[in-house]
Amino acid sequence: MAKITISCKALAVSPLKVSQPVGASLAFLGLAQTMPLEHGARGCTSFNKLFFMRHFREPIPLQTTAMDHVATVLGADLNIIEALLTVAKKNHPEIVGLITTGLSETQGVDIDGVLRRFRDTYPEHADMAVVPVNATDTLGCLESGFALAVEAIVEHLIPKTSHPGRRPRQVNVLVPSMLTPADIEAIKEWIVAFGLTPLVIPDIGDSLDGHLIEAGYATLTYGGTPRSELVRAGESAATLVIGPSLQRAADLLHERTGVPDYRFDGLMGIADCDAFVAALSAISGRPVPPTIERQRAQFQDAMVDCHFYLGNIPVAIAADPDLLGMLGRFLTDMGARVVAAVAPTNTPGLAALPVDDVVVGDLEDMENLARRRAARLLITNSHGAEAAARLDLPHLRAGYPLYDSIGGHAQTWVGYRGSRLILFAIANLLLAQRREVAPYRSIFWQDTPRATEIASAAAPCIV
Amino acid sequence: MNQSELTAMQDEPACAHNNKAKSGCARPQPGATQGGCAFDGARNALLPIADVAHIVHGPIGCAGSSWDARGTRSSGPNTYRIGMTTDLSDVDVIMGRGEKRLFFAIKQTIETHHPAAVFVYSTCVPAMHGDDIAATAKAASERWGVPVIPVDSAGFYGNKNLGNRIAGDVVFRHIIGTREPEPVPAGAQRPGIKTHDINLIGEWNVGGEFWNVAPLFDELGLRILCTLSGDSRFREIQTMHRAEANMVVCSKAMLHVGRKIEENYGAPFFEGSFYGVVDTSEALRGFARLLGDSDLERRTEALIAREEARVEAALAPLRQRLKGRRVLLFTGGYKSWSIVSAMQDLGMVVVATGTEKSTEEDKARIVELMGPEARMISDNDQTALLQTFHDCRADILIAGDRYIYPTLKSRIPFLDIDHVRDIGYAGYDGMIELARQVAAAIDSPVWQQVKQPAPWALPSPLQAVAA
Repeated sequence: MAKITISCKALAVSPLKVSQPVGASLAFLGLAQTMPLEHGARGCTSFNKLFFMRHFREPIPLQTTAMDHVATVLGADLNIIEALLTVAKKNHPEIVGLITTGLSETQGVDIDGVLRRFRDTYPEHADMAVVPVNATDTLGCLESGFALAVEAIVEHLIPKTSHPGRRPRQVNVLVPSMLTPADIEAIKEWIVAFGLTPLVIPDIGDSLDGHLIEAGYATLTYGGTPRSELVRAGESAATLVIGPSLQRAADLLHERTGVPDYRFDGLMGIADCDAFVAALSAISGRPVPPTIERQRAQFQDAMVDCHFYLGNIPVAIAADPDLLGMLGRFLTDMGARVVAAVAPTNTPGLAALPVDDVVVGDLEDMENLARRRAARLLITNSHGAEAAARLDLPHLRAGYPLYDSIGGHAQTWVGYRGSRLILFAIANLLLAQRREVAPYRSIFWQDTPRATEIASAAAPCIV
Repeated sequence: MNQSELTAMQDEPACAHNNKAKSGCARPQPGATQGGCAFDGARNALLPIADVAHIVHGPIGCAGSSWDARGTRSSGPNTYRIGMTTDLSDVDVIMGRGEKRLFFAIKQTIETHHPAAVFVYSTCVPAMHGDDIAATAKAASERWGVPVIPVDSAGFYGNKNLGNRIAGDVVFRHIIGTREPEPVPAGAQRPGIKTHDINLIGEWNVGGEFWNVAPLFDELGLRILCTLSGDSRFREIQTMHRAEANMVVCSKAMLHVGRKIEENYGAPFFEGSFYGVVDTSEALRGFARLLGDSDLERRTEALIAREEARVEAALAPLRQRLKGRRVLLFTGGYKSWSIVSAMQDLGMVVVATGTEKSTEEDKARIVELMGPEARMISDNDQTALLQTFHDCRADILIAGDRYIYPTLKSRIPFLDIDHVRDIGYAGYDGMIELARQVAAAIDSPVWQQVKQPAPWALPSPLQAVAA
């Protein structure tokens, strides 16, 4: 059991935490023909849009109810209605994700009430689904905001039905915020290999994978889970739930549809992947395809080859709880020691991490812990680059946001193949920083030509 | 080099077992031989001389796949790490242009890299068609004014051990005694500490490991004129004849350098190792003894007591983990016994050791350390070695780099102890690092994960439980 320490500083320095509205918006960005609409001041959305643009290097559909000071004091319900009308007329989305923020939550908005009023007054927009989510940024983090939105999507877009298995080859996949578009692609390939058809909820693998389309620019999402498919989620043979953060959404989906589910904390490392493959084999009734057996064996070979470099290496990780857990278990399985584990918020799963303690705090906490416990590798988002430079440590970029490197969204972490890629990446970072015995310069070299020698800057030879 | 010269090279009067069968120099069995040639051994022995250009005279096969594959470190110049070869083509061979090409290769490296000296290694092809590298080296040296040292080391002459001997012979004949050392610098003189000049022969500074030990020599007032050849400079090798005492670190291969210095210049030598706490301490005592300086002996004992206490404290938790764990050691030469003692220091049980390149004396030391029942493996067949691992119920295989992947493929913990590794294990701090690495390898969680069959491969497949 890891001890949970809450950082009690007045000031969060180099925050790790990203707000719930960002997470909720991200979930809606994984639905097709969708516009996330944040109910707050214009600045919230402006920042959040930029946040996603920098991370994905994509245009991001994201709107705001643009609460001003009058609306803030006298009530902003009309802002919501006006925003919904404007988005409907201008963008014609199939789905609007209506996301509250700290401002509107503090004001005390009755989001469901306003939505009823909108439906009553404007029946001509009945076709446009609106999914309300209470996602104050005074609680939680990106991951929990995302989970709240997934829960809302299940509640509002997946009807209550009782015929699981009507589509016997269809499998629902509830995916958490920690997975990249490339991860989702990998999961889909995995499922298809068993002759099954994945229905990913929400599918940022289809919308934010970064692809050009014939039409060029679009004002809504570039792909994602179609609403017409979401409606049929109750007919799936099974649901695969990835990430502890989606427990509530999974419970709700199960309750509404009766589709049996299989839950996984993560999909990195042998144990995680084996469990997933075993589930797919059970659901499909098919043997494990040779290609997957081969990938497993390749990953095992990589584990053996890399264990020299990871063995006992102290690592610092700062990430949202699901990702922290998946990476923490993975690194421990590979022989490394997680000496600093920092999450932005406390969740029930943190105590189960294979570490002595987890700090709920910021990147400053991570930096201090990493320094005190002599970490050799930092794993966190791009904001960790400064800390890594100060500590002179290699930095593996993970989580949100990634803005100082390209292709983070295209990085596969999960599966035997993804695990192998990440393992190699980590081993290479450590190899490049191999700590060797420092050259010793003898006192007897004074006044000899050796006294003026400069150690060559050549890289250490790795053989 | 003709056959009588080669035979003379095998004759080592300083070796206690010189008259017995020379098992270390056995004829390789075609079709079942691993390990390097004389060229490999000669270059390996001299490559760590850091400010020297090492030109491999031969076709690309000799240097192309093997350059910069040695983990020895320099505190200064890195000239030694630049791969240089005459890359002989068939036209060079047919037209007899090898010597000319070598001559201009030497010119080129002198102009581009300004080395302190140029070493020219002859390989099989030029040796076969009769290039006179000695004459070429002499001509080039006269023409360009830089020492050019010919190393006649065709691969077919013999094994790596012979190559080491050739290298030592070259160093003694061409370099040692060609310059006098500088006076001891005033800044290094300390009241009450008499400075003695010494050499270490056969210390390669693999992974910078000698830097773990070097500060101790400074502290004791032992000026190392030269380490042959780890982190050394050409001009230091020139002065080796002035040492008052020598330590031969790598057992037999370089023994005759010690012997020749003793015969020609009078400085005594002893053999030792820096692997393991006991051996490191013994090595320091060895100098105090040979130098006959009672004050040095007293200071040496004080230093040993301090260092051993420090290492003991660091090793205590690791010893807990390693005690009783079983090691199969497979490495040739002096390492076959020096690592045995290091492992035994850690409380580990050495179940067997390889003796592929070991001399009779190396084997005698093994028996001394492991008892008369010591299991020695002279066969270098990898499959047989892995079988022995299982037969001995060993926990880890410690061997040279050639064995790493067969071992890992067999899902067996492994530690690389060879000359190409990049982690230093010498001295007191090296022992701590060695213990850490052994513990990390044995206890890595990956072994259990790679041995575990897939759940779907089990007789009764696990049924995933639906919520």
